[in-house]
Amino acid sequence: MSATESAPALAEGVETPTPPVRSSALLARSLRLWRTRIGAILTLILVLVALVGPLVAPHGSAEFIAKPFTSAAASNTVFGTDYLGYDVLSRFLYGGRSILVIAVISTAIGVVLGVVIGLVAAYARNALDDILMRAMDVIMAFPQIMLALVAVSLVGAKNWVIVVAIALTTAPRVARVARGAAQPVVERDFIGATEAMGMSRVRILFGELLPNILGPMMVEATLRLTYSIAVISALAFLGLAANPDAPNWGTMIQKNQGALAYQPAGALLPILAIALLTMGTGLIGDGIARTAAGIDRERGDE
Amino acid sequence: MKWLRGGGIAGFIIRRLLLGLVVLLLVSIIVFVSTQALGDPARAILGRDATPDRLAALQKQLNLDSSKVGQYFHWLGGLLSGDLGTSLASSQPVSEVLGDRIANSAVLVVLAAVVSVPLSIAIGSYAALRREKIFDTVSSNLMLVLAALPEFVVAVLLVILLSTNVFHWLPSISPVPPGTHAWDYPDELVMPVATLVIAVAPYVSRIMRASMIEVLESDYVEMARLKGLPERTVLIRHALPNAIGPVFQVIAINLAYLAGGVVVIESVFNYPGIGLALVDAVNAHDIPVVQALAMLIAAVYVVLNLLADVATILVTPRLRTRL
Repeated sequence: MSATESAPALAEGVETPTPPVRSSALLARSLRLWRTRIGAILTLILVLVALVGPLVAPHGSAEFIAKPFTSAAASNTVFGTDYLGYDVLSRFLYGGRSILVIAVISTAIGVVLGVVIGLVAAYARNALDDILMRAMDVIMAFPQIMLALVAVSLVGAKNWVIVVAIALTTAPRVARVARGAAQPVVERDFIGATEAMGMSRVRILFGELLPNILGPMMVEATLRLTYSIAVISALAFLGLAANPDAPNWGTMIQKNQGALAYQPAGALLPILAIALLTMGTGLIGDGIARTAAGIDRERGDE
Repeated sequence: MKWLRGGGIAGFIIRRLLLGLVVLLLVSIIVFVSTQALGDPARAILGRDATPDRLAALQKQLNLDSSKVGQYFHWLGGLLSGDLGTSLASSQPVSEVLGDRIANSAVLVVLAAVVSVPLSIAIGSYAALRREKIFDTVSSNLMLVLAALPEFVVAVLLVILLSTNVFHWLPSISPVPPGTHAWDYPDELVMPVATLVIAVAPYVSRIMRASMIEVLESDYVEMARLKGLPERTVLIRHALPNAIGPVFQVIAINLAYLAGGVVVIESVFNYPGIGLALVDAVNAHDIPVVQALAMLIAAVYVVLNLLADVATILVTPRLRTRL
């Protein structure tokens, strides 16, 4: 590869000036890739459905239409009725908001927490680093869904419990990536320079280190959002949503599953919605990852 | 930890073992403390209208009258000697309640591993060989999309495809009756195993592809080719063993993930494994069963990570110099 061939041309001991890529620039460049565009369009559509859906739903979220699993024609609706006798289309339009809002909030908390822990661990380079990362290992020994399941059943299926459970299980996974990305940056000369200038530790961590790991952190954040959506909808699917009769894509799949053979829309619509939403965020994450890797390679070639 | 070096491979394995034990000990404390919040098990067994006398008697019988620390060590001691306690819901020993469940889940996980690991290594390697060609493009994008799908979504999509709507080949649920074995019902195993395979294959095949591409561009593979070795030998003797190292870590993480992933998948198919047992025990406030399952799943994670670390060292000789 040309990257490895040109490497010796650089003077030894001289660091190549690699200013951090601005996150907006990274996003804009990643949108040149088709996969990112498709992912962004899918995500945008599903977010619109989840947020605007309740405003345009033809019926209320708890409005009895006809007896459960009545066909579309007999109930005079677009997709028939669900397990409660409510309008499937309206329930679908109402059912995305809670999943999306909880997923975004819990992922955001988890990512911020994870980045802070990862940066502190990478910068500490001492026993604190070991202690923090071993603690993260212990949390990671429990699968995310299992910890969320136990937490929800201990305290009850309340929205804040789900947010805390997802955030706490997201943080160690983010922390590991953040620490891995920050470690080589910590070793570079400019960090030593900032220390010599007497810059405060907080400013070094968030003003100097953080901008240098934004690329991998953006990839990690979209990946974690994808998993959070999966876990939150899976909890609802297992019957552990905050309100078991509220419209929720996960609950809809579970309750309408039995009627797949003759009234498929009740389960099929939310299945497709969750599938397309997670595909969308997954594609965006991969697009950003490829773009960041591409920028690194170009810099290697320079 | 810098003071923990030396000793070669044996020293490395011993250090990792000790570290694993420390993690498990911490896990046991977390499990014990968090399950205390499930409430007083004696009250859960006897119900609301229990007399204080019977409550006290049962608390004594369950060793609940001693201090929390005493209870923890009593429980830990039992755990180490293989006594997992008594299920509060069925009054049977936990090991008896969970025995069949563990066997059923193990069947799922082992079958899924046996299918998915060779399959995804083959897909990843072939995609690397045919880089940027049609097979690579199709498989890479398919794996990317599959990786994003939640496993219960995959499971229900398989049900729609193979059982209820498109084709009617397989049963939509897999309720293995008590006293029988999961492998007596091969048609009921197909969809749960397929779901697990689809959940794992994308990660393993993607890392295999990346690892293989790196190896194929290396000097020693080019050297082997220039020596005139047949392409088969180059790939199987030289490329594959070097490319497979990083894959062990991903396989271990994913197998550990399978142990947790079965929770949701077993619920979709109503398959009587540890996942369904956990959901049931959590709903019935059956503390000893929840504790045992949490410890089991965490132990699987620790052991698989340990095996992966050791396997990686064994197949990657150059890493040994850093021990």
